[in-house]
Amino acid sequence: MSATPRRGFLFGTGALGATALLTGCLANDPPQQQRPAAVAAGGDGAAPGAPVTIGFSAPAADHGWMAAMTTNARAQAEALPDVTFRPTEGSSDVNQQVAQVETLINEQVDVLVILPADGKALTDVARRATRAGIPVVNVDRVFDSADAYRVWIGGDNHGMGVNAAEHIAAELRRRGVTDPVVAEIAGTDSLPLTQERSAGFRDGLARHGIRVSRRVAADFTAESGERQATNLLQAAARLDAVWNHDDDQGIGVLAAVQAAGRDDFFLVGGAGSRNMMDRIKAGDGVVQATVLYNPSMCSSAISLARLLGQARGMGDLAEHEIPRAITTYSAVVTRQNVDQYLDVGFAS
Amino acid sequence: MNEQALAASTRPSRLSRWWARADIRLTALVFVLVGLCAVGYATRPDAFLTEGNISTVLRLAAAIGVVSVGMTFVISAGGIDLSVGSMVALCSVWMTTWATQSYGAFAMVGCALLVGTGCGLVNGLLVAYGRVVPFIATLAMMASARGLAERISGRQTQVVDVPAFGAVFQADLLGVPVLIWIFAAVFAGGWTLLNRTTFGRRTLAVGGNAEAARLAGIDVRRHLALVYALAGFCCAIAAIMVVARTTSGASTNGLYYELDAIAAVVIGGTLLAGGRGSMTGTVLGVLIFTTLSNVFTLNNLETDVQNIVKGAIIVLAVLLQARTRRRGTALR
Repeated sequence: MSATPRRGFLFGTGALGATALLTGCLANDPPQQQRPAAVAAGGDGAAPGAPVTIGFSAPAADHGWMAAMTTNARAQAEALPDVTFRPTEGSSDVNQQVAQVETLINEQVDVLVILPADGKALTDVARRATRAGIPVVNVDRVFDSADAYRVWIGGDNHGMGVNAAEHIAAELRRRGVTDPVVAEIAGTDSLPLTQERSAGFRDGLARHGIRVSRRVAADFTAESGERQATNLLQAAARLDAVWNHDDDQGIGVLAAVQAAGRDDFFLVGGAGSRNMMDRIKAGDGVVQATVLYNPSMCSSAISLARLLGQARGMGDLAEHEIPRAITTYSAVVTRQNVDQYLDVGFAS
Repeated sequence: MNEQALAASTRPSRLSRWWARADIRLTALVFVLVGLCAVGYATRPDAFLTEGNISTVLRLAAAIGVVSVGMTFVISAGGIDLSVGSMVALCSVWMTTWATQSYGAFAMVGCALLVGTGCGLVNGLLVAYGRVVPFIATLAMMASARGLAERISGRQTQVVDVPAFGAVFQADLLGVPVLIWIFAAVFAGGWTLLNRTTFGRRTLAVGGNAEAARLAGIDVRRHLALVYALAGFCCAIAAIMVVARTTSGASTNGLYYELDAIAAVVIGGTLLAGGRGSMTGTVLGVLIFTTLSNVFTLNNLETDVQNIVKGAIIVLAVLLQARTRRRGTALR
């Protein structure tokens, strides 16, 4: 007797389980996913040229920004008919990445695009590639030695902090806030990029006689952002402005702000995710701006690699060759100019 | 059990019976916690002992606390579970995929519980019936569950768009956040299960001496499988909490939870070798770490110093544990 209801219960939970498993297995397509960045315009650079094989190596795409770097590279390569894209599986292990670059050298690709997990550790293999006659496009984290790469393209971490500070100072002045309380939610503190961002932020604010009153460091994840922001909001009864280094962790930061029911300050993000841009556009929350450190740089790296492989310069520059280094600009995206940046907003 | 029998036979007063059972280790942990609170109150009298801050600390402790309750069972049974953080990530991602979300809050919660319990059960079956060392079996789960979470989510943070889910799990009940109620319920359930039921006694017996437990008629393998499944179930509850707090599921959720949970369990006085477990100690351990981070942030101190202090607390607690254990054997 007693076995029947129990069996029914078991069967019921089993059925629910199967449904949940199935639904989980089936399509998982967020409505706004993977918008390939536009192919750069610019003179006759867009005109088709000789076929080029581009080898690509990047660390494991373990969070939104890094995933977008790989996605952008792939999308850009697919949009260029004269490019054959040869990616390797990303790994956070430096040894693994060295081995992958070696494989690409052995395959004799025409150009290499390398986003190193650690610039110092990959310098040697990049130098070997260069000596083997394969030009290397170094993305973001810079190699230790200039003879390891032909061109570097990356973001400006210090400038990102400065621009965030400039925007915050101007906005505080506009609001007429005297003696402001400014807080910073940094990323992983041990990374040089976080330290540069923080230094830029400090320097930028100092020009206006403002200092960072409170600082916490998260780990670039939504969860750590939520945890750190919750404690931060508890610690500061009054806040006028907050700069959050990273839009991935920003999802958690905003959850904490919402849970605490705070709206006495404005928040400036970092990196430039689609999610934050949508919020900036809606303009009804604390998010007022985000400072770009955009993965579109990886699309540009593929374009540069193609031009290098075809021995062409950049159409709009007077130089016959590709420049040695290109630093992207950390523009501040606000409600006024957000429409112009929506196309590079990455799904975080 | 001996102590209880002894106490029952001599029938001293309720207070002295409590005192006889009161663990010196638990008392020490309470002192550490109270000490931390004193520091917090002394440095930020305006902010520390407010209702809002206490609620903040408890809400922050909730998810890792629930994971640690599950971990207490596993470690008491002589095992270890390195996969809890990855299981939290997998549950959180799976319950927030667009397909799952479109079926509503009930499907999300059900899916998380099933995935978590399922992963835990796989751990348990590998350990109990596959005779894989717990360290290795759960290490494998740690890698593959995180990988699966990354695969399912495409490494993107999936924001929850189900109002009913937020309405339930972000709400207050009688002025206390629902998450804290869940934490309290899981603790109460875990405490009762470990200290007042056959399941708990068997867990300690298996952890103390598996062979003796088998000879005493306990189905050791089945019991171990259940213990790991229970840990997975706790991870699922924690994942629901994390999703409620961050309003999103991400493959980066639950990073280093295994280390935090093991630290809390060990400083709580549960023997790493198994055979003795203290649920209250575990929860005190979780509260100590959460309060520590709260006090540090209130005073605007660097996170690296916080990690140093955290390490020091673990070392002190384990040294204390070694001292009491030696004395314990001497008395026996």
